[in-house]
Amino acid sequence: MTTKFSEDHEWISIDGDVGTVGITDFAQEQLGDVVFVELPEVGASLDAGDEAGVVESVKAASEIYSPVSGEVTETNGELEDNPGTVNTDPTGDGWFFKIKLSDTGELDELMDADAYKAFCAEQD
Amino acid sequence: MVDTPTDNLITTPLDGLHRELGARMVPFAGHSLPVQYPAGIIAEHTQTREKASLFDVSHMGQVTLSGGDAAAALERLVPGNITGLKEGRIGYTMFTTEAGGIIDDLMVANAGDHLRLVVNGARAAVDLAHLRAQLGGELDITHHADRALMAVQGPAAVGALATLAPECADMPFMSFLDGNIDGAAVTLSRCGYTGEDGFEIAVGAEAAEALARKLLAHADVEPAGLGSRDSLRLEAGLCLYGQDIDEEISPIEAGLRWTIAKRRLEDGGFPGHARIKGEADDGPKRLLVGIKPEGKAPARAGVEILDTSGAPVGTITSGGFGATAGGPVAMGYVRADLAAPGTPLLLQIRKSQVPASVASLPFVAHRYHKP
Repeated sequence: MTTKFSEDHEWISIDGDVGTVGITDFAQEQLGDVVFVELPEVGASLDAGDEAGVVESVKAASEIYSPVSGEVTETNGELEDNPGTVNTDPTGDGWFFKIKLSDTGELDELMDADAYKAFCAEQD
Repeated sequence: MVDTPTDNLITTPLDGLHRELGARMVPFAGHSLPVQYPAGIIAEHTQTREKASLFDVSHMGQVTLSGGDAAAALERLVPGNITGLKEGRIGYTMFTTEAGGIIDDLMVANAGDHLRLVVNGARAAVDLAHLRAQLGGELDITHHADRALMAVQGPAAVGALATLAPECADMPFMSFLDGNIDGAAVTLSRCGYTGEDGFEIAVGAEAAEALARKLLAHADVEPAGLGSRDSLRLEAGLCLYGQDIDEEISPIEAGLRWTIAKRRLEDGGFPGHARIKGEADDGPKRLLVGIKPEGKAPARAGVEILDTSGAPVGTITSGGFGATAGGPVAMGYVRADLAAPGTPLLLQIRKSQVPASVASLPFVAHRYHKP
């Protein structure tokens, strides 16, 4: 399974033509305690870069952008009751939504783990 | 999601300590201050409610008025009962504009031969210019920009501070005294901005870090930043200048009538008396109220408040997550006929209209020290 990263600090883990999307550990660390997550509708059609939801920490609200184009197939309803999972397990149980990619070629536009690590180092 | 650069900011005497403790520093009121430490805002909030936290509030402006009848003079600028303030006591009041708005809110302490003011950091320059223009000819106005101010807040604050200054234990709420901790002159004030019992401690810059370390060495005291300070004051229903109060909003609209003594309201002699008296008598058009959103989405400052038919009736001025209240809490201005607790409202949060209702303030009961 391949995992790619966006400049908006989302990760997408690819299994066939379905990607699972969440925010990175860097992002949750920057956000602080997450208290609310607004997820996209299942069935929603998103273009890469579209607003897919909102993650709210104690401090502020931040948009979640879809790193790829496609159709939302599933959302993580667990986050409604336990938004703090985004802090404790951002790249595991804290995933946001799954999306069926319409163009797997878009993945080439995203960063791999090493490139993302370097990108974060520049942000600090 | 990346912090704003912190160049050209004033650092407080506790700056090195904050960085050593792993604080995330942010620009606030021209100063570099910790928004949170590694524990996080919710943990720092809960620590303050359950035990005690230490906040660096050195950005606040510390000003003394001396060299004349400071109380009578100050009353020309504020609606508070300053001449009636007993020595050793602290009052809360506000500088008002000619139009009855609020230039800043402040604490005033009567130190006998002088008054000590604590004003908001972001408004200190405006306040000082106002004070100098209005009272500079008759009083000495001194800004102690070099002094540190820290707040130890929470039910365990008194126990922790009493290990260093035993005399603090008997102090009434809204009183102060000058003391000495390990050779450093301090002013202890029993007040704060969290709704909890606690103290603000003014101390010279050179002694600040050592004092902070002594307080943090106590098992019940942990450091806390601006993030939890904001969520604590919001749950306590306390106004934040620039959000809940400003130069357009009157003390009556802001629910601060309790700060204005009957004598001042009747006799006036402060800027904006006509509007303030009129609103006190006839009721203001809008009122600051607590607002409890349903569900979990925080309603933040700027969110539009609607009546149940969807018509705009006001704006949220402060809002966020109340860790003790266990959900989102907010304050905002609504049309006066919609200000009764329980009144149903809608909040326009992004694309959704979220049901909410007017709530009594504070969201979390004050636990100030009552002897």
